[in-house]
Amino acid sequence: MFRIVCFLLATMASGMSFADVSAVYGFESRSEEQRYQELISELRCPKCQNQNIADSNSPISKDMRNVVYQMMLDGASNEEIVDSLVDRFGEFVKYKPDLDRRTFILWATPAIAVLGGLLVVVGVVVRSRRSGKAGPELTAEEQERAERMLAQRNQNGNG
Amino acid sequence: MKRFLLFLPLLVAVAVGVFLFAGIGKDPTKLDSALIGKQVPAFSLRDLKQPESMLDESLFRGEITLLNVWGTWCPSCRDEHDDLMWLAREKKVSIIGLNYKDNRDDALVWLDRLGDPYSTVIYDPKGTLGFDLGVYGAPETFVIDASGIVRYRHVGVVNGEVWEQVLLPVINEAREKG
Repeated sequence: MFRIVCFLLATMASGMSFADVSAVYGFESRSEEQRYQELISELRCPKCQNQNIADSNSPISKDMRNVVYQMMLDGASNEEIVDSLVDRFGEFVKYKPDLDRRTFILWATPAIAVLGGLLVVVGVVVRSRRSGKAGPELTAEEQERAERMLAQRNQNGNG
Repeated sequence: MKRFLLFLPLLVAVAVGVFLFAGIGKDPTKLDSALIGKQVPAFSLRDLKQPESMLDESLFRGEITLLNVWGTWCPSCRDEHDDLMWLAREKKVSIIGLNYKDNRDDALVWLDRLGDPYSTVIYDPKGTLGFDLGVYGAPETFVIDASGIVRYRHVGVVNGEVWEQVLLPVINEAREKG
């Protein structure tokens, strides 16, 4: 019984802390709320580093969510909202960094890896084809022997 | 050619190793400020010690200052307080405080008891100026030059070592540039 009570209390407590994270904001429409959720899940918390501001409970994330919400109410576009936060906290807060000279390698890595893989596959295929063709042809005698063996095997199989 | 291909994985491993090794020892929690090279953001906030007077960004004109973000709720701020006192007294550094997300009574008691290294303290109970400065945790200390441009941001405690090795060189450089 005691255990059950403890479990229930713990469950309720976890619910409370969750409620603290997602402070209640009112939205005019479902799509606006979705936009808000997308924005805060793409912004990174500068304090906790590996959390987005949607997940983070730190005071700075709370402030950032607040600003996102206020700017949305003021009719700012997604770009304006993200830019205003980048101006303050740096490129760091974006989980999706812009494509520029510094981040080029970062963005290109998947393409480079796929290309590299393709090259390897092509190389392997070409090489195996070539070695297949270059294989020594059977002489007439060998050909005859091979056919005989195959015929014999077929007979055995039928019998 | 075939021989060379055999060494390719080794080369790749060495290249990745060098790249990753360069990252060891870097503290990822210390971010460069996005404001470096920019003016201190505009603000209009009350003076902590003289509640009736308003302060704005012109406060940072005229001489090189340190802007120290602190709050009584912040244990590391207590840690660096004596060093700030030392800087203000011995090194004659002009330090402006930003009392961040705090309340006036606690802050005044703190300054009364521990000493006051600040020439002026900006009272920012809601953290609005802090937010504009990109403050994500106290203590943080900004070096601001005589024309009000942010030169450097130090995240974490200021002590004698940080002063000698980090802040002083930045200040000297700002002085040379005018």
